[in-house]
Amino acid sequence: MLAEALDAYTTAARDVGNPSSLHAAGRCARRLVEESRERIAAALNARPSEVVFTSGGTESDNLATKGIFWAQRSASLNRTRVIASAVEHHAVLDAVDWLGTHEGATVDILPVDETGAVDPDALADRLDRYRDEIAVVSVQWANNEVGTIQPIHELARLTAEAGVPFHTDAVQAVGQIPVDFAASGAAAMTLTGHKLGGPVGVGALLLGRDVPCTPLLHGGGQERDVRSGTLDTAGIAAFAVAVEMSVKSQQDYAARVSALRDDLITRVRQVVPDAVYNGATADRLPGNAHFSFPGCEGDALLLLLDAAGVACSTGSACSAGVAQPSHVLIAMGADDDRARSSLRFTLGHTSTIEEVDQLLAALPGTVERARRATAWKTPR
Amino acid sequence: MSGGVDSAVAAARAHDAGHDVTGVHLALARNPQTYRTGARGCCTLEDSRDARRAADVIGIPFYVWDMADQFHESVVDNFVAEYAAGRTPNPCLRCNEKIKFAAVLDRAVALGFDAVVTGHHARLGADGLLRRSVDDGKDQSYVLAVLTRAQLDRAVFPLGDSTKAQVRAEAAERGLAVADKPDSHDICFIADGDTRGFLERRLGTAPGDIVDSRTGETIGTHNGAFSYTVGQRKGLDLRVPAADGRPRYVLSITPKTNTVTVGPREALAVDVVTATRVIWHGEPTPVECDVQLRAHGEVVRAEVTVEGDTLTARLHEPARGVAAGQAIVAYRRDPGGDAVLGSATITAGVPVSSGPAEPAVAHA
Ligand SMILES: Cc1ncc(COP(=O)(O)O)c(C=O)c1O
Repeated sequence: MLAEALDAYTTAARDVGNPSSLHAAGRCARRLVEESRERIAAALNARPSEVVFTSGGTESDNLATKGIFWAQRSASLNRTRVIASAVEHHAVLDAVDWLGTHEGATVDILPVDETGAVDPDALADRLDRYRDEIAVVSVQWANNEVGTIQPIHELARLTAEAGVPFHTDAVQAVGQIPVDFAASGAAAMTLTGHKLGGPVGVGALLLGRDVPCTPLLHGGGQERDVRSGTLDTAGIAAFAVAVEMSVKSQQDYAARVSALRDDLITRVRQVVPDAVYNGATADRLPGNAHFSFPGCEGDALLLLLDAAGVACSTGSACSAGVAQPSHVLIAMGADDDRARSSLRFTLGHTSTIEEVDQLLAALPGTVERARRATAWKTPR
Repeated sequence: MSGGVDSAVAAARAHDAGHDVTGVHLALARNPQTYRTGARGCCTLEDSRDARRAADVIGIPFYVWDMADQFHESVVDNFVAEYAAGRTPNPCLRCNEKIKFAAVLDRAVALGFDAVVTGHHARLGADGLLRRSVDDGKDQSYVLAVLTRAQLDRAVFPLGDSTKAQVRAEAAERGLAVADKPDSHDICFIADGDTRGFLERRLGTAPGDIVDSRTGETIGTHNGAFSYTVGQRKGLDLRVPAADGRPRYVLSITPKTNTVTVGPREALAVDVVTATRVIWHGEPTPVECDVQLRAHGEVVRAEVTVEGDTLTARLHEPARGVAAGQAIVAYRRDPGGDAVLGSATITAGVPVSSGPAEPAVAHA
């Protein structure tokens, strides 16, 4: 957490009351929440009333996809089609999938090209064909595994022109690349605190004022009657500080980190010439680098690099902890082996050239070892 | 780390001893979702979570290794094939031989680890011989005796000097939440414990005769000879009572004719056992020693001879319920824990009453 966000958190947590209460402490909390709402709105070019506080990215994604689907379907029984890209986070994909299995939705998955990008023509074609049947379209702003940035403005514009609400999961984008809610043309946008230096467990859905959305959580109706639950004043205050700071520093950050990242990519290719670079070259998050190392298993690489003090990530794991081939890479056309042999390196605010050096020092031996682990047998 | 108390304490002890320890949980079910409810074995979600939690408490890295394909091929398919051939396999033994001290060990060594530590109740002496645990009731040397010299050289068993009760107490002291988790007894890939049902699903049903060994008469039917084990009494469901009114036991299984032969308890007694796939740790034979013919079975004195890949044990007193496919493990008595001299897979037992050439146990 950013030091400034932590300060805001502890100050608020120490002495603030319930923002729904009418007494003095409640009023003080309410004021802090509303100031935070205004700061977030200003940083992302939204109206304060469009900021709906939630428990984070997962809730916001569920609220946007399910809530807008329900609202659209009750307005017009024909609207039962949901469109989402194949590379969405599971918070979108599984929510949409649930709508298919439990709410009779037709789930329409948009394919991506080999860099992970959605083709606007593919969306335009569906909007043409199914215009009056579509309840919601959801395409992430940037991908959490390979860092590919989607042509969000174009996708949002096409969708809006068809009179369909467009949601974008911008969890990975805010603070990393310029994000302007009003200019994007999106009807709804997800963000979360812990990806931009704020606390875990607090986030927001930016929801256009005129976008009907049925609540997931019923109760006190604290947030525009779309979301209920006592607001986490301290978390929200810290979240607002983090959003503001990360947006303010975005340009400098992106310049510094993408230079570091490009250096990492060049050097990985030098030491492991057959490493396969995954994802886009230009339209990419500044801190993301992603490779497949042929003949290796991602979890073996991860184990060895972790032991060498380098933290990196494989695709994902099932609930029992078994490494799974990433749905993102599969959607990009990778086969199972390439997907399983992949590794993501993420750079951020605190990353240094020394850390890149440390990775590059460990990598050749690690790759060689991991290759042997795939095939090698102990003599017995 | 299975998620049970033994492997958690073994990992903690290895860590305390100054080793650089990494926890590994094996995912053995091809589709963990199907094991989510009702499974009591070693492959459930809850077990993986318990193992991770224990690793966190100990303070070691933890990974889940997907060994489902290897496990399926080497253990589950083999289990079914062995029953189909009229033998009685021991899947835990097989898992030690082919998974824990083969597939896992290979991967670990290639990744730069020196040894595999497990929570088995057994000891490895300074002489390199495998020995029984101090806890007789929990001893697992029988299912480890299949390990070769090279496998044993990379095995560490930190629990052999402790009783199960001591291990549990230590787990509680260390704050490991698995301290009072119940032991798992079942075959981990047969979640409901119904081995016969599992085999019927895999092999289909094949009705055949149950034949009386004395009269040659057909006295019942079965749904597949594969689901019977030599020495079995229960579940025969015979309609014709024996002439003398005494219970009858499975004496042999003949897959070729799909016949199960039953007879009186005496007819089960064998005094010579032959076996193959011999692992022998060097002691010259013939040798006088104890042999164990079943997991948790009694031991009998015997003279054991190894010639090539055949082991022959002449028992000093007859044994019952000797099933092909089980292991025979030879032990030398030792106050520091009986030491494993070697092991082999039983091919036949020769009945006491019969001539030397007639095996009581079929082998296909
Ligand atoms: C793209 C994306 N969407 C949603 C989420 C989920 O957000 P949260 O962890 O706040 O629920 C994440 C990751 O955490 C993410 O990367």
